Amino acid sequence: MARVWIGGALLAAGALGTVGAHAAPQTIPAASIAAANRVTWGVTQGAVSTPAPSFARPPADSSLPPEVAAQIAAMRISREPMAQLVQEMDAQQRATKDITDPAAREAAKKAWQQDMNDLLREAQARALLRDVYSPAQLTEQMGWFWSNLFSVHAQKRDIRAMVGDYQDVLRAHALGSYRGLLEASLRHPAMLRYLDNDQNAAGKINENYAREIMELHSMGVGSGYTQKDVQELARILTGVGVSIRPDGAQMRPQYQQLAIHDGLFQFDPRRHDFGDKQFLGHTIHGSGFGEVEQALDLIAASPATAHHVSTKIAEYFVGDNPAPALTQPMSDTFLRTHGDISAVLRAMFAAPEYQASLATGFKDPVHYVVSAVRYAYDGRVILNARPMINWLNQMGEGLYMHETPDGYPLGAAAWSGPGQMETRFEIARAIGNGSAGLFRSDGAVSDQPAFPQMQNALYYNGLEPTLAPQTRATLAAATTPQEWNMLLLASPDFMKR
Amino acid sequence: MLIINRRNLLAASALLAPSVVVGRAFAAPAAKDSRLLVVFLRGAYDAANIIAPTGNAFYHEARPNIALAHPDPANPDAALPLDADWSLHPALKDSIAPLWAARQIAFVPFAGTDDMSRSHFETQDSIELGQPVAGTRNYQSGFMGRLAGVLEAGRSSPKCMPIAFTQQVPLSCRGGPVIPNIALNAAGKPPLDQRQSELIAAMYKGQNLGGADLGHAVSEGFAVREQVFASINQEMEAAGRGAVSAKGFELAAQRIGHLMRSDYNLAFVDVGGWDTHVNQGGAQGYLANHIGELGRALAGFAAEIGPDAWRDTTVVVISEFGRTFRENGDRGTDHGHGSAYWVLGGGVRGGRIAGPQVALSPQTLNQGRDLPVLTDYRALIGGIVARQYGLSPAQIAHVFPGAAPVDLGLV
Repeated sequence: MARVWIGGALLAAGALGTVGAHAAPQTIPAASIAAANRVTWGVTQGAVSTPAPSFARPPADSSLPPEVAAQIAAMRISREPMAQLVQEMDAQQRATKDITDPAAREAAKKAWQQDMNDLLREAQARALLRDVYSPAQLTEQMGWFWSNLFSVHAQKRDIRAMVGDYQDVLRAHALGSYRGLLEASLRHPAMLRYLDNDQNAAGKINENYAREIMELHSMGVGSGYTQKDVQELARILTGVGVSIRPDGAQMRPQYQQLAIHDGLFQFDPRRHDFGDKQFLGHTIHGSGFGEVEQALDLIAASPATAHHVSTKIAEYFVGDNPAPALTQPMSDTFLRTHGDISAVLRAMFAAPEYQASLATGFKDPVHYVVSAVRYAYDGRVILNARPMINWLNQMGEGLYMHETPDGYPLGAAAWSGPGQMETRFEIARAIGNGSAGLFRSDGAVSDQPAFPQMQNALYYNGLEPTLAPQTRATLAAATTPQEWNMLLLASPDFMKR
Repeated sequence: MLIINRRNLLAASALLAPSVVVGRAFAAPAAKDSRLLVVFLRGAYDAANIIAPTGNAFYHEARPNIALAHPDPANPDAALPLDADWSLHPALKDSIAPLWAARQIAFVPFAGTDDMSRSHFETQDSIELGQPVAGTRNYQSGFMGRLAGVLEAGRSSPKCMPIAFTQQVPLSCRGGPVIPNIALNAAGKPPLDQRQSELIAAMYKGQNLGGADLGHAVSEGFAVREQVFASINQEMEAAGRGAVSAKGFELAAQRIGHLMRSDYNLAFVDVGGWDTHVNQGGAQGYLANHIGELGRALAGFAAEIGPDAWRDTTVVVISEFGRTFRENGDRGTDHGHGSAYWVLGGGVRGGRIAGPQVALSPQTLNQGRDLPVLTDYRALIGGIVARQYGLSPAQIAHVFPGAAPVDLGLV
């Protein structure tokens, strides 16, 4: 009865339901729904019709739905390359120091902060738009995964001007070679800034990045490397840094040929320790940036790296404590293929343990928010991702907002506490009630009317039969369509992945 | 709403119930209205520049750019004397130094874990789990969770009311009764009405997912949200008049004080931003600002909880490890080992540096780079809670397996 009533309300609101529009609705198998829910950011009508994972490369933003493409094209991070952004923001910041009037100087500083925050928000918004609308759903999920494994905190120094590019670089490597990914992160100014390697120089060692490469990005803590290895890697990494404004000083000729300057990335041989190093049981002779390549080769080929990275991927898709029967074939594949990420993912998808895990995972906040928007507005493009950014900040999983380099936790326990669940219900209510700001373009005063279409063909032909009896009973007690939407998005069934 | 009423009822009965002393190993003070707050400084704060061995020439040699100056009343940037060897950071002059003078705070240098990984995350996990460092870890069981379990099972009165003032349930709070979490800087009016809350709670009844007890999490979440909102609302109305509004952790700590006065008595909170590899400053600068904020927050907590409750409250401030004793090339410090923990409260026997010490020299540094650990944090906290709650050796062994408590006579 509730359904009929709600259907009537929807029709009255001018939103044409698809239910009953065709004579014989196609039943969607529960298995397709579970499979699609895992390899995408959340089920849509389109996702369940092709539930196999897509290994497509990241699409050009211009090929996304026109309303999405237009939003991304209008962003400053799309119009200007990173080096230009960083240099402009640097110049703007230095200019504030020359302003003598204190009030004007404060205003200029504030404007600079605002511009930096806008650059971060653009990067966050673009990532979310791609997550919701990109056809390469597996790639986009892995893009987030690598952003988290190689986590940087945007609020440090000038990283806000760098994260848009950082995200593009990681995403381009998302299904490629791990070794390539590792080096891409190492050559990125966002990472070098974040973990202080731009301050690491011969005689002035800073071992922060060296430690985290091994502990977090590759081998994993307790996997056999020593404090000495960390110190030696830090020496290898001396001189690897960032240069916004070339200092113009003449280098001696023998240094000149060893120097690298690629965008903002810089290898400055004058700051490098050219002594020999003992690293992971190998002697690395002092030669310049070639030492870094050798060290990365050793790290990427280490069985500890294969094991650690495979386990992280498995945790991301399957949840806490993935079984060795699942991670072992992934790790073996990693070693055999020299870190071919697609091959590692295929090994995971093929494992019976993976199949058995479907619909038993718990969505982290990003999956929760993205899947809710994908489902609620299937086929209708949102005009503003800002509410999604705010929700993620509220739940504590904003992109590039994690202060420490370990990235966000991947297990359910971190995201299912009482306070976390409360916040989810708030978000369910916001989305269920109406457009929630998602259809208010920047500068507009009010939302375009957009009621979420949640009692749709996908619901009746596929989702409804998979719901727990108590969820169905609760939905039947809803008194308004808004409340029905809220309850579905708040249900334990919608938390599963 | 039903769940909220239950919670309010429990809180009310906690206030009214007479104190009952349960069996205990230490000659402990009666388990009266004891409260415990654990403050975790994530990122490894540079203890050696906050509780600084300014009496030691090696300290000044090892930190040519960032060391604090010898105590000197004429120099506002000089360290504040604690005893012949140790001094306090001057940014704590108006917040922590008065507590020291009132003998309500003790510092325990050379404190930490036997985890030598020097990894923030590994060691934070070690601390929060509170399990022996060697051996398999159970990531679903933290020491605060087990303590809450012991206190609840002991039916000690007043009832144990645990909470984590964090955005996520921390590792330390897992493994016992469901401990609610709430981030205090964003605690607004609950958005759902009672009927909707009940509808949602009904969907989650008995639900488990990925090892998480969602049913309990959801019902606790509704109850706590309602209660915290009511409590904070009351506080804001009471304190609104022209008061300078606190921000950040100072605001959170005030609210914690208010909530721990009557509603909660076992709490965990964390504060980040201590990983000072670069340009950390000395008497002024980044670390000075950050520690100053922490000091004001703790003093604000003490004021807000009120003199009666403060007498029964112990606050323990911990961090995963200390930092290198020598400054690095960037006027910062790198990952080290031994830290210095703080124990404060109205009933704390403070005004002293507690626990074993060693004179610092290049020879006594751990592995030539950082401070050794002479007081294990599990033994320290075990000793404090044993006395504070009158726990038996078996109960302590459950909270901190394999770590005999040490009694430094702090409570």
